[in-house]
Amino acid sequence: MGTRRAAAEYQRDVEFQAFTAGAAGRLLHAATLLTGDPAAAEKLLGTVLAHTYANWFRMRSEDPYDQARTELVRRFAYRPWWRRPHGGALDRLTAQERLVVVLRLFEGVAEEQAAAQLGLPVERVRAICNRATATLRSRPAPAPARSVTEARAAAEKARKQAASENSRENPPGGPPGGSPGGPPGGSAGGSASSSDTPAESSSAADEIQGAAS
Amino acid sequence: MPPDRKEEEVRRVLDTPHPYVPADLAERAAERGRRILRRRRFVHQLLWLLLVAAIVTGVVFAVLEWPDPQPLDTTPPVDTW
Repeated sequence: MGTRRAAAEYQRDVEFQAFTAGAAGRLLHAATLLTGDPAAAEKLLGTVLAHTYANWFRMRSEDPYDQARTELVRRFAYRPWWRRPHGGALDRLTAQERLVVVLRLFEGVAEEQAAAQLGLPVERVRAICNRATATLRSRPAPAPARSVTEARAAAEKARKQAASENSRENPPGGPPGGSPGGPPGGSAGGSASSSDTPAESSSAADEIQGAAS
Repeated sequence: MPPDRKEEEVRRVLDTPHPYVPADLAERAAERGRRILRRRRFVHQLLWLLLVAAIVTGVVFAVLEWPDPQPLDTTPPVDTW
C-alpha cells in the first residue's frame, strides 16, 4: 500500500471513530424507534455505519450525520413487507408513519426535506404526520379477541368490574344521593356509573392485552 | 410560531430511554466497511482488467487478420477516353 493511501485510510479511521463516538447514540435511538426492536435496530445501524465508512471520501462537504440518516431512512423504507416493524414506542404506526414521525418530530427535519427524501408530496407528508399524531395521542384500542371464549371472558370481566364499581359508588346500605332504583333520584349515580363503564371496560381490555402479550 | 401542544405530546412519547450503544459497534462497522471497500476495489480492478484485455485482444486481432489488398494481375479496362 502506498504512503498516500495509508494516510487516507488512517484519516478515514480517525474521522469515522470521532463521528461514531458522537452520533451513534442518536442514530441508534432513531433506529430503535423505527424498527421497534433493539437487536434489529443495532443490526440496521451496523449496516448503515459500514456503508458510511465505505463512502467516507465520496461525500465532499456534506454532513456525515445527514448522510448516515439518509442511508438509514433509505434502508428502512425499502424493506419488504414481511419485515414490517413491530413493537417499540410507536407500536401502532405503520412503517411509513414511523418514518415520517421520526424524521419530522424526532430528528426535526423540515417538511420539504422529509418529503423529498421519502419521495412524497409535502401535503402527503403533512397528512401522514397528522394522522400518526392523532393515532399516538388516542387511547389504544382494545385488542381484538382471537376466539369466542376469549371475547366472552373479556366481556364477563368487564361486566363484573363495572358491577363492582357500581356497588362501590352506590353502597346498598343507604346511598346519600337518593334511591338508586328510582329514575329521577338515581339519575345522577346512574349516569356517573354509565359514563365510567367504557373506561373500565377498556382498562379491563388493556389488562387482557397485557396478559396476552 | 407557538409550539404545538400535540407535537409536544408526541415528542414526549418519542423520548424513550436512550438505548445502550455497544462498545464495539463502531469497530465492527469499520471492519464491515473495510470489507465493502476491498470488495469494491476488487470489482473495479476486475472490470478495468476486462476492459484492457478486450482492447488488447481487439487490436491484436485486427493486426493479424486485417485483409491485405490483393495486387492486380492486369490493368483495369478503360472504356472512356
